[in-house]
Amino acid sequence: MDLKLRRSMLFVPGNNPAMLQDGGVFGADSIILDLEDAVAPTEKDAARFLIAHALRTVDYGCSEKVVRINPLDTFAAQDIKAIVPCRPDAILVPKVESVADIHAAVKMIAAAELPNQTPVKIIALLETPRGIIEAYNIAMADPRVVALALGAEDYTAGLGAIRTKEGTEIFTARTIVVNAAAAADVQSIDTPYTDANDDEGVLVDTKFAKHLGFKGKLAINPRQIEIIHTVFNPTISDIDWAQQVIHAIGKAQAEGSGVASLNGKMVDLPIVNRAKRILHLAQLLGLIEEAK
Amino acid sequence: MANLIKTAQAGTLESSDIMITVAPGSQGSGVVIELQSIVMAQYGDDIRLTLEKTVAQQDCTDIYIKALDRGALDCTIRARILTALSRAGAVLKEGIL
Repeated sequence: MDLKLRRSMLFVPGNNPAMLQDGGVFGADSIILDLEDAVAPTEKDAARFLIAHALRTVDYGCSEKVVRINPLDTFAAQDIKAIVPCRPDAILVPKVESVADIHAAVKMIAAAELPNQTPVKIIALLETPRGIIEAYNIAMADPRVVALALGAEDYTAGLGAIRTKEGTEIFTARTIVVNAAAAADVQSIDTPYTDANDDEGVLVDTKFAKHLGFKGKLAINPRQIEIIHTVFNPTISDIDWAQQVIHAIGKAQAEGSGVASLNGKMVDLPIVNRAKRILHLAQLLGLIEEAK
Repeated sequence: MANLIKTAQAGTLESSDIMITVAPGSQGSGVVIELQSIVMAQYGDDIRLTLEKTVAQQDCTDIYIKALDRGALDCTIRARILTALSRAGAVLKEGIL
């Protein structure tokens, strides 16, 4: 699995110079420079020029540089040709519905990459009922795919359902995306909470997303970032438990035993893997030192 | 030489942006720049230089540029003038993006 931290992925409108130049100061794990919904059809060309120059000039610090292009059946080819040579870390491909969509995106991205350029990753945004059904196949379509993200606004429109804060209408889609991503060993990123003034709502929604197994969440406003990070950061008790698991398995192996236990519970491979993920996250966040 | 075939505009008057209008100049008129900026005293010369350099890279020789700057960074100025040139019908050089 690509172990890049993607607790928060913040959308920034692609035709707004002030926000493009400030995007790196908010501390989001990823910043998504948006060519799609945030840009009027008549301004796509201007946003392409702005993002291309921003990618080459602006320091986004530790934030991963992601660009959301337009759908494959609209301006995607022009977007990819302009943006990929500017070395973004990843392209967020909207409205992905099939393996063929990923193959088409990969072909265009590979053709646009410069010699010796680090391969640009793909994050597939699933926001149609068909895309959700195809989630696992999409995640497995190419090694460039490092994450599946859920876009619930378009998805519920496709369902003919009403989007609510509680999100009961997207429960199935959420669990499908999390499960497909886990099965394909890629990350799962939850849909954004669209009421930027409701901090309590973001908190509740993010806690639920983490509970389901999501590894991060899309954000539409910088004020959501700290809340999202608070939820996805491992707690002291998480880290303590993970360290005990690793200690227990190490001790069992040293004693020649294939079976370890912790507080009376068997420690098997999934438990060890979960503990390792928590410790890796804690190391990335500087909460613990890397094991020697 | 990249010839402009019509007047075109790019950018906004929002903070950190620059609104640029370009128009074809008469033959031999050169690059004529009319600039207003909220940071004219500090960066007026730099903004002019960026505009001149960017149009020169595109081989645009006879052109009128009106720029209303609201504190745009250099990369924004380049992006906006290139957008305006493209909209005015100039065929931009490959790899400029």
